[in-house]
This record gives sequence, C-alpha cells and structure tokens, in this order.
Amino acid sequence: MPKIKIPKSAPSLDMTPMVDLAFLLVTFFMLTAKFRNMEPIEADPPSSTSLTQLPEKVMLITIDTAGRAYFDISGRTVREKLIERMMVRYPAAKLTQEQIESFSKMGTFGQPIELLAQYIAGDNDVKAALDKTSKGIPLDSLNNQLGDWIQEGYYAFVDDATEQGLTREQLKEDGLRYAIKADANTEYAKIEKVIDVFRDKQIFQFNMVTNLEGSDTNADANLNAQ
Amino acid sequence: MAEIVEGGGGGGKHGKKKAKKGSARIDMTPMVDLAFLLLTFFVLAATLAKPKAMEIIYPKEVDDKEDKTKLDDALATTLLLGENENEVFYYSGAFKPDTTQLILTDLSKDGFRKIMLDKNMRVNDQVIQLKAKLESKEIDESTYEEAYKQVVGAKDAPFVVIKTVDETKFKNVIGAMDELNICNVRKRAIQDMAESEAIAVRQRAAELDLKKK
Repeated sequence: MPKIKIPKSAPSLDMTPMVDLAFLLVTFFMLTAKFRNMEPIEADPPSSTSLTQLPEKVMLITIDTAGRAYFDISGRTVREKLIERMMVRYPAAKLTQEQIESFSKMGTFGQPIELLAQYIAGDNDVKAALDKTSKGIPLDSLNNQLGDWIQEGYYAFVDDATEQGLTREQLKEDGLRYAIKADANTEYAKIEKVIDVFRDKQIFQFNMVTNLEGSDTNADANLNAQ
Repeated sequence: MAEIVEGGGGGGKHGKKKAKKGSARIDMTPMVDLAFLLLTFFVLAATLAKPKAMEIIYPKEVDDKEDKTKLDDALATTLLLGENENEVFYYSGAFKPDTTQLILTDLSKDGFRKIMLDKNMRVNDQVIQLKAKLESKEIDESTYEEAYKQVVGAKDAPFVVIKTVDETKFKNVIGAMDELNICNVRKRAIQDMAESEAIAVRQRAAELDLKKK
C-alpha cells in the first residue's frame, strides 16, 4: 500500500477576501456611525406597538421621572438661529461666538437660560454638577422659559427653512414636528404640564417617543386572529 | 503580494549576494485582528433602530357643554387609570356614582384589548376588509387612508375616554393609547378624572386589595 503523502508545508489560507470584507464593513459602520451627544438625563420611554419613526426635523422635549424638562431641536443652523433669538429675548444670557458654536453642536440640555453660558463653557465635570442640581428648564407661568424656547425654536426653524428655499406648502408637508420623550414611570400630570405649554402655543400634535414592543403584540396579527 | 526580485546587476566575481527568492510576504494577522476589533466595536455601538414614536393629537380647549351634547353614552367606554400601575378599570356608558360598577382590567393582550375589539367589532371588520382590498391592490394607499378615516370616524363608532389622575404613570397612558390603536378606536380623548370617579377607583382598588401587589 502506498503511503498517503502528507504535505510538509503548513496549509495556508488566503485571507485576502475576508480582510477585504472586514475592512469594507468597518468603513461602512464608521461612516454611518453617528455619535450620540452625551445626554444629561436617562429617560427610558414606555413601549408601544407603534411603527412610526421619529421624524427627522423634530423639537424634542425630554421629561424625566422628577418632571424636569429638557429641550432639544434638530439642525445646527436652526440651533444657531434659535440661540441668537433667545439672547435677544433674554439679555441676561450672554454667549460668546464660540459658545454659540458649541451650543449648535450640543444635544439635549436642561438648564435655565441664566446658567446656559456657564454650562456650555464648563467641562464635563461642571456639566455633570450643573445637571445634578438642575431643575430642568423653568416652565411655570411666571418664568416660562420652555414656552419661549418652543416659540423661538419654531421661528428659528421657519427662518432656516425659508433661507433654504422651502415654500409654505412644503413646510406644511415636511415641517417641524414636536416630540415628547418621557420616562415610563413619569407621573402623567408632569407631562400634562409640558403639554399645556405647547397648547398655549397652539401646538396640539405630538409624537410620543416609545420603544418598540415585541412582535407578539403585532397589531395586524391580533386583528386577524379575531 | 509585494514581490521584489532583484535584477542580476553586474555581479562581482565573488558576489554571491543572493537576493532572497521567496516573495516578501507581510504578516497580516495583526492588521486583521485590528480590523475585526474595530468591526466588532462599531457593530455593537451602532444603534441601527431609530426610536419609534406614537402620534397623539390633543384637542384644543373646547367648551364642555358642547362636548357633552356630541357624545352618545351608549357608545362610550371610559377607561380609568389609577395611581398604581395595576389600577386599570373601565365602565360603559355614563357614570352614576351609586350604580356604576367599575370592572378591573389590564393593558395586556387579554385585557382591555379583548373588550374593545369586541365592542368595536363592526369597525374592525370593515378595517380588515379594507386591508384585504389594499393588499390585493384593489385600492391604492391614499384611497385606503381616506376610507380608513371614514370607517373609524363613523358616527356610530364606539369611543373611549381615558381618564387619569395626577399620579397615573405615563406608561399606562401610552399603553392604553396603544391598545386603542390596535383596536382601531380613533375616537378617544384623554381627560382628568372627575372627583367622584377618583373616589370610586380608590374604593374599588381597596376592595380588590390591589395595592398589595
């Protein structure tokens, strides 16, 4: 019987395609990755079966379990315009050009406007400390800063859209949407307070941010089972 | 791979400076390791799913009187959300403090949904028919939307009022709205609970010993 020849050299595997693929994927994920801004609060929204996606152009009010309100609006140019408008309304808030720049890049914040400059200028420790003691954006009737943020946010958005050449009709179709992201355990009265601020500004339609529930509660499946 | 073959230049007499014949292979293992490390990081860090949102439209402030004349008690179901998560009650028709019996339910698959699917059967049947038509391409998307709106907004379609107290948890409100979405109940409202109802809820909850849960 002839001996089976065992090849002496180590079996080598051509890894090139695999490496190519790996780098392709790395590149893809790196390019699509959008780094989330550090959020000053954790709000874990309730789950629902709703499949609607959160709109792109959105003003987002986050409410935590203590009822503190946080403000966020999408679009850098919009935010720049917004802060300039707010500085006109609140002369006490003086931001340098640099701070305006970093405000436009910032995410959600929950500071009264008097502390905003300090908050923006501060490093992460300062921010964390301010967030800890913050009572959110004031929204009572005497000092309704949230209402002003909402109003000026809307105007800033419209200004920005007009600059980009959008018509009124287009804005109606694809305008600014309002979203509320509240922690599942927040008391409803605290959310109603924020909603009342919106209602004062004649805004009645909201997107409540929710997590998607498991597919066992799929709406269609349930209906058809009936 | 990169291969460098040295040409046989004017080799000296004794110049046995032999260039290595084998191709210069670069060990790619570390690079590949790094690539996969990065890949793993980005895959794990990526949140591909964008957050979802549920649309809720709040009414403008309306005059109470006008509101009441519009509603037909026979079609009404009221869902009462108490201060605790498991305090979910409903009653049909108008509220009479002495006779109205609050029925305990919950916001799970077999709770309030079953009741509302039953009450809203006629609307649901129509919606299923519409959906079938849409799927078989008999009607297009916009016709469907239009017809859907008409069906769910019909005058004789049942409606639900969700009543809350200050302490009601947000997830219960969203859960209730979600159930109504599933049941195609589009005629609904969120209101504050009247004092008489709040008392009834508290009593019923005490009777059923719900707080201990």
